[in-house]
Amino acid sequence: MSDTYDILVIGAGPGGYVTAIRAAQLGFKTAVVDREHLGGICLNWGCIPTKALLRSAEIYHYMQHASDYGLSAKEVSFDASAIVKRSRGVSGRLNGGVGMLLKKNKVDVIWGEATVESVAKGNEPGKVTVKETKRAEAPKGAKGAGSYSAKHIILATGARPRAIPGIEPDKKQIWTYYEAMVPEAMPKSLLVMGSGAIGIEFASFYRTMGTEVTVVELLPQILPVEDAEIAGMARKRFEKQGIKILTGAKVTKVEKSANAVTATIEGSDGKSQQISAEKLISAVGVVGNIENLGLEKLGVKTDRGTIVTDGLGRTNVPGLYAIGDVAGPPMLAHKAEHEGVICVETIKGLHTHPMDKGKIPGCTYCHPQIASVGLTEAKAKEQGFQVKVGRFPFAGNGKAIALGEPDGLIKTIFDAKTGQLLGAHMIGAEVTELIQGYVVAMTLESTEEELMHTVFPHPTLSEMMHESVLDAYGKVIHT
Amino acid sequence: MPINVLMPALSPTMEKGNLAKWLKKEGDAVKSGDVLAEIETDKATMEVEAIDEGVLAKIVVPEGTADVPVNDLIAIIAGEGEDVSAAAAGGGSAPKAEAKPAPEAPKSDAGQNTTAGDGHMSYARVNEAPDAAKPSAGGAPAPASSGGRVFASPLARRIAKQEGVDLAAVQGSGPHGRIIARDVQDAKASGATKAAPAPQAAAEAPKAAAPAPKAAPAGGAPAGLSLEQVKGFFQKDAYEEVPLDGMRKTIAKRLTEAMQVAPHFYLTVDCELDALMKLRETLNASSGKDKDGKPLFRLSVNDFVIKAMGLALTRVPAANAVWAEDRILRFKHAEVGVAVAIDGGLFTPVIRRADEKTLSTISNEMKDFAARARAKKLKPEEYQGGVTSVSNLGMFGIKQFTAVINPPQSSILAVGAGEKRVVVKDGQPTVAQVMTATLSCDHRVLDGALGAELVAAFKGLIENPMGMLV
Repeated sequence: MSDTYDILVIGAGPGGYVTAIRAAQLGFKTAVVDREHLGGICLNWGCIPTKALLRSAEIYHYMQHASDYGLSAKEVSFDASAIVKRSRGVSGRLNGGVGMLLKKNKVDVIWGEATVESVAKGNEPGKVTVKETKRAEAPKGAKGAGSYSAKHIILATGARPRAIPGIEPDKKQIWTYYEAMVPEAMPKSLLVMGSGAIGIEFASFYRTMGTEVTVVELLPQILPVEDAEIAGMARKRFEKQGIKILTGAKVTKVEKSANAVTATIEGSDGKSQQISAEKLISAVGVVGNIENLGLEKLGVKTDRGTIVTDGLGRTNVPGLYAIGDVAGPPMLAHKAEHEGVICVETIKGLHTHPMDKGKIPGCTYCHPQIASVGLTEAKAKEQGFQVKVGRFPFAGNGKAIALGEPDGLIKTIFDAKTGQLLGAHMIGAEVTELIQGYVVAMTLESTEEELMHTVFPHPTLSEMMHESVLDAYGKVIHT
Repeated sequence: MPINVLMPALSPTMEKGNLAKWLKKEGDAVKSGDVLAEIETDKATMEVEAIDEGVLAKIVVPEGTADVPVNDLIAIIAGEGEDVSAAAAGGGSAPKAEAKPAPEAPKSDAGQNTTAGDGHMSYARVNEAPDAAKPSAGGAPAPASSGGRVFASPLARRIAKQEGVDLAAVQGSGPHGRIIARDVQDAKASGATKAAPAPQAAAEAPKAAAPAPKAAPAGGAPAGLSLEQVKGFFQKDAYEEVPLDGMRKTIAKRLTEAMQVAPHFYLTVDCELDALMKLRETLNASSGKDKDGKPLFRLSVNDFVIKAMGLALTRVPAANAVWAEDRILRFKHAEVGVAVAIDGGLFTPVIRRADEKTLSTISNEMKDFAARARAKKLKPEEYQGGVTSVSNLGMFGIKQFTAVINPPQSSILAVGAGEKRVVVKDGQPTVAQVMTATLSCDHRVLDGALGAELVAAFKGLIENPMGMLV
């Protein structure tokens, strides 16, 4: 029970379990603590199960439009419970996979709620108390509640949905992503509060399944972190699909009746309106899980609900580290994984660099998909860059036409002076799989020249990435 | 792909080391965690652990090679299922890793690195570690092996061209020392553009390391008399030549520097030890025994001296400080180094928080330090830092001496033997046990009066040793 670990990770989400595996690979005696599920929100209640739902919606959409492809599909319908069952099955399978990976790498799994009692001092290791949890049953082979010691303690406790006072989720009529992911039936109408990736993905899913969807966004633009041009195109497409969108609008009050929620929504012009829907999804962001970890007692520095670190995962308390959502935005699984690896490699003494947060891609899996990396056009100008902007529409690409996906755009933003690729923004079919090409280019510090000299295979959607670059320099072929 | 094993940086300041011994032969299977080689650094001997699996395909740097620059290729490991001879051949003809600067080892705050420690270090692997630290002030930029290929990102090249920055003079901080855009911008900001002579200096540097030319003696110490000049004073058969090991070079370099840079002055005081000797006897008699029947602690006079120095520093906070270029760093707790003589040199492991620790803790820590110092198994973080040091030559019968301050510290206490002397008390001659101690002070930090205050606080504690128990 009182074995000393070299590294103890609290939280087995995508950041935590990857951190633990990398630590084990480096030869550290490693354990990971979780209270609910291996793979965290991402794998169990986030990224992965929503992709399964959206895949069902996508196929349903194609079936409804089978005749566009010369096919016929009659009486197309769906079984909500089967869709949810498939989604849960995908999570379950991957969840088991994480367990196997941890076992294979000889990482101990400890089940329960962890509190850091002390950090390592001199030869004295840090102490972590793990209390029993009733949230979920422990996986096979996991260690239980007790006192554990470790030389290095890494917090990877993630984040949870933000609750707005007066509009707290009740799990019945006001949902968070948890409930939205496992509907018993598709609601007739739905109000989505917040138009970030989570809100928009659910809006897109439910709209495709036939639900009347209204999205309310406080800011003047949906998908607020995306390039304004791309977000504007997305909005048009969503509205064409029948999603009602209110921007610059604030939900001021929510009243619940037996069968509906009625939201009072105040527009930027000060006028109020009331919208009723069967369900409301609160998707107004997430907040870090920094409570009950013992941080106050240890004097760990936090800022706006997340732990302050030095870019290599170190907190202000030696021996204590934080990575992923709990260490601050952007709250993305791939950022968490990367931070975790940097953190343990730093502990090992390998030479590491803090992550460049300007090169973390973001993907939204609505229909059409949206993907981006780097600066938006507005941000680039704001930072004083003279920009060259390239655009290439899906309508000019052979593969896109053949796929029946002629709507979309790939936009690139270059620094006119140096040719540095500052940002790339995409909307359309499969763009979430394309963005990585630009991420590699940015990481290698390519200029427009290398991108122009790169051969892109024909016929692929990726050719548009080439053409967009060419367009920025007035050399585009297919428009 | 074969894995290139590079000379690791075992401490943040290490630039080169001696390859003391290979513990694996060519053709030996290697597992992660196996000790590959022993590296002798400035002061310690460290084991290099493998972090890969495979077969040691080729040893590039034979054992016994001195002054191997950090990040030089020292061996090649063929991965599992790889052709060992091909790996060896391929790796051997591969361009020698350019003299990249030492990977920035993380600062060792509170045992940051201790897990990897225990006297073991994993090596810098070509595909993992060797990024670059910033060029040290005045150091010739390394990657510019004249005529060789300069690795730089496309964006870095373009900015360099636009801004007129000579890439050969830029230190790369990207993977494998590749120059990235930020490096060029930094170089431009620091004015290191068009540094024409720099590449040449860098090209000569590798040669300079081996045969010890006049300009840069191998010891790294400022040049005094040249080898020829010194030899000229003696008969040829009157001496034997003793090559310098890392420790000797470090001592020569650091202490020469200390004498030249830190203005020393000396304060000498006599301390009466009778009360201390009595207390020591009582305390030692009261020590419990462990299961082998050995006493749990056995305090030496020096343990009291360390503790007294620690407490004195916190009582005179202005003296608990060191000089740092353009400012003074003042400390809350006392870090007291203790000189430990070993065969061929000395170590000064540092007792952290000597003000807070009990005498028995200090005593046991010192025993451990001394044992490991003799085995050259101290970790760099254990002998770096410190505000002051204690050097005790009492056991050699030395009555009084002065010591050279060990940078970055600001003082050092030279302690002589405790001996019976005639002293005058109340106008009457009487016999007391007396120890003479001399504090060397760095005048940049301590003025005479401040130094005297520190010495007085020390003397007070030694003569009224009960003060050290509470």
